[in-house]
Amino acid sequence: MSTIIFLIGFPFIVALALLVLKTDTARDIIVKVASIVIIAASILLVVQNFKSGGEYFSVKYAETIGTVMMVVEVCLALMVVILGFKYKRYGAPLFAVIQTPLMIWFELTKGHHINVSNQMYIDRLSMIMVLIIGIVGSLITVYAIGYMKDFQHHQKEGVPDRRPWFFFLMFLFLSAMFGLVMSNNLIWMYFFWEITSLCSFFLIGFNGLFHKKENEDTIATRNAFRALVMNLAGGLGFVIGIILLGTYYETLELSTMITIGAMGYSVVAPAAFLAFAGITKAAQMPFNSWLLGAMVAPTPTSALLHSSTMVKAGVFIIIKLAPVLGWNFAGLMVMMVGGITFLMASFCAISQTNAKKVLAYSTVANLGLIVACGGVGSAEAVWAGIMLIIFHAVTKSLLFLCVGTAEHQIGSRDIEDMDGLFERLPKLAAFMLIGIAGMFLAPFGMLISKWATMVAFVDSSNILLVVIICFGSAATAFYWTKWMGKLSATMAGQENIQKNVHGEETFVHTVLSALTVIVCLGFPFISSSMVVPYLEDGFGSVETLALSANNMIIDCIMVAVLVLLFAFFFGRTNKKIVPLYMAGYNMGDDLTFMNAMKGETPVSLRNWYMESYFGETKMNVIGVACTAVCIVAALGVIVGQILGGGM
Amino acid sequence: MVKVIICVIAYLVLAPFVGGILAGLDRKISARMQGRVGPPILQPFYDVLKLTEKENITVNRVQDFYVMCFFIFVLVTGGLFFAGENLLLVMFTLTLASVFLIIAAFSSNSPYSEVGAERELLQMLAYEPMVLITCVGFYMFTGSFQVGQIMLSTQMPLPYLIGLFIGFVFILTIKFRKSPFDLSMSHHAHQELVAGLKTEFSGKTLALVEAAHWYENVFLLGMVFLFFVNGQWWGYVIGAVVCLGTYFLEILIDNSFARMKWQVAINSAWIVALVLGTVNLFMLLFI
Repeated sequence: MSTIIFLIGFPFIVALALLVLKTDTARDIIVKVASIVIIAASILLVVQNFKSGGEYFSVKYAETIGTVMMVVEVCLALMVVILGFKYKRYGAPLFAVIQTPLMIWFELTKGHHINVSNQMYIDRLSMIMVLIIGIVGSLITVYAIGYMKDFQHHQKEGVPDRRPWFFFLMFLFLSAMFGLVMSNNLIWMYFFWEITSLCSFFLIGFNGLFHKKENEDTIATRNAFRALVMNLAGGLGFVIGIILLGTYYETLELSTMITIGAMGYSVVAPAAFLAFAGITKAAQMPFNSWLLGAMVAPTPTSALLHSSTMVKAGVFIIIKLAPVLGWNFAGLMVMMVGGITFLMASFCAISQTNAKKVLAYSTVANLGLIVACGGVGSAEAVWAGIMLIIFHAVTKSLLFLCVGTAEHQIGSRDIEDMDGLFERLPKLAAFMLIGIAGMFLAPFGMLISKWATMVAFVDSSNILLVVIICFGSAATAFYWTKWMGKLSATMAGQENIQKNVHGEETFVHTVLSALTVIVCLGFPFISSSMVVPYLEDGFGSVETLALSANNMIIDCIMVAVLVLLFAFFFGRTNKKIVPLYMAGYNMGDDLTFMNAMKGETPVSLRNWYMESYFGETKMNVIGVACTAVCIVAALGVIVGQILGGGM
Repeated sequence: MVKVIICVIAYLVLAPFVGGILAGLDRKISARMQGRVGPPILQPFYDVLKLTEKENITVNRVQDFYVMCFFIFVLVTGGLFFAGENLLLVMFTLTLASVFLIIAAFSSNSPYSEVGAERELLQMLAYEPMVLITCVGFYMFTGSFQVGQIMLSTQMPLPYLIGLFIGFVFILTIKFRKSPFDLSMSHHAHQELVAGLKTEFSGKTLALVEAAHWYENVFLLGMVFLFFVNGQWWGYVIGAVVCLGTYFLEILIDNSFARMKWQVAINSAWIVALVLGTVNLFMLLFI
């Protein structure tokens, strides 16, 4: 219990300290020490509860805490309204004006009489989430120290140093995430949910809000408001879900809701609205544009949003709700939205040259898969979904941080500018290669999870999703491999600039790369000690897993073999190195050839992007249209049932 | 366990011979179709042996490593298959192997190699959905992804998986690198491509690529064989005959078509997967 309070409170205190202390040295020390403490506390929490598998808590002074939360919510809503009017963007204020009074009305009238016995809890899924948030999230803040120094350095003269604000938001975010994954009282969860929405709003708007000339309409401001509107729409869904749950089922506890569902009563209506909130936060189509817009922010923000926080909150609630989803309207909505998003986002990624955009679409796609797993709702599917969450968090943060560093060093985030990266930034390229391999290749984590996902889909007789995943994984392999190819191209005469990279950045890259491999080697253990017991609690017995123990062992052996192969044989040859074949016109340096006019033309090689097949706009239009239809239809049916008294 | 080890060793030892002889037959039959005498059946072996005696040269320090990994993982793919392991694991390992080959080509930064590598990637994009759908089909029919379990099936899968069989044979044209889909590299030099993917490979490295190709072909024919097992001896005979027939069919296709644009490859392969694959899977739901 005290560890839980510490995990929520400590990052918040650190955030306040970072807002006040403005010197570089103080910030460096505080961030590093705080990260170590947070990582240690996360691990401690898991160790404490590992044997028992977790428990539920009632919190002292819950009433007072509830009131404080309500007051904070009102203040935040007022702030949203004021900011909205200031920047002449009225969507966000509109949602704020609808949902906050609605929530407060409910809390003061109906909600007031509902007894909540356990406000907080810890179970094995929250433990996994705590580890992800604690370890990956903290590492990203450490990386941000070095990155933000460069960032400030690249700013124009006279731009104020707003790093205290940046680090304040990062740590506040961690605090809210810890709260979110351990709240059993849905009203508390909603509070943390809204805090993460606002944090991401400010982080995305970091380059625009408050510091450009008054009311100037920058991309950052625009994208920040888009993110806010979409997440507030999700927040409204959350509020409706809570009200339905409170009104019809007389409870506000997540655990009770799942139990009611497991007992055979339909909790489809509240589940559908909560899942809708999850869909917006997990940036599923039709709401994927907010996450793509988020890349205007400094890279640590993207890393944080994409890997350990924000979007993971969205999939967390859907995985949490999985036992009550499945073959009902809520489940169908969730699985179709997830499946379509996975396919369309994977196709989109093919046509992108911007590395951050490829990563963003890949995130959206993988979250789609997790969401679909939650929608299917079988134990097998949830196993795959949780594994996807773990592997994705580690690997995607590594990739974002690599691209961030590459951007500062080579001055571009375009994949086409990354050729020969192995010569220029050998270490960084190696890290990036590990990250990419981790995202789609056997025997690494994401592929294992995708494999399990596929089996789970077949077992639930969901042929459409099976076909979707077959095509989607072909697309996934395509875009990652061509990026890998660009990285590994060997170009002559490149200068090695690896030494310019900040120590903190390389340190975090190394740790995350190591984690990527270690998690792959250790996943049978994670499965048997954490995920399977969690599933046994939620689903009764877990008879079959998608992957047999035998398969897991073969897989781990393959990881080990690959690592050893690279360690011992990579880059060693005693053969004579000769020039490339260029139809006899290589000028001798492998970089230029003699053209038809006897002049010299530099060699320039470009990747395929297949715009006519996988153009971004086309894929988005199709995806958004299909998913919007699914959501509208499912929610429409459910609202109809409620209004018709069919609940 | 002993049986598994024998199967794997038999595959590792015999597959190159079978694959090489098939390649020799291929050249002989092709030649006859074109009204030539053609080389001796054992010519592929002579070619590869000759390659191993070439001067040791390479274009960079990493390419040979990637090709070695390609070779190793093609062997692992076939080994897992003949050990009776999980079909999906087998296919994912094959993808890993292919990625190594593609990266090897990319790593040279040579124009011809890179064009070949991009096209190889495109071919992967084209055939992968059908391959995965085929594996799912076997699972839905027999209840297991384990090749060992599928082999124990007492009912011949073919009639129930007929759509998948046609689809799989269709994408075999891509996998065997036959015209009209020999986009990324082919045995014949093409003006715009030279040797495509293989342009910068030489000597022992090129020999490894050839040998890996033989291993891969034998494994792919093993997949075809899987459609015919029914626990009876005549099932095995039909399987073996159909494997040879399929190979002959691919040679015939190779010789009767000109190379087509890449758009045709991806469009046709995806349409086949989408129509035959999906319909067959839905059918299996009700069997």
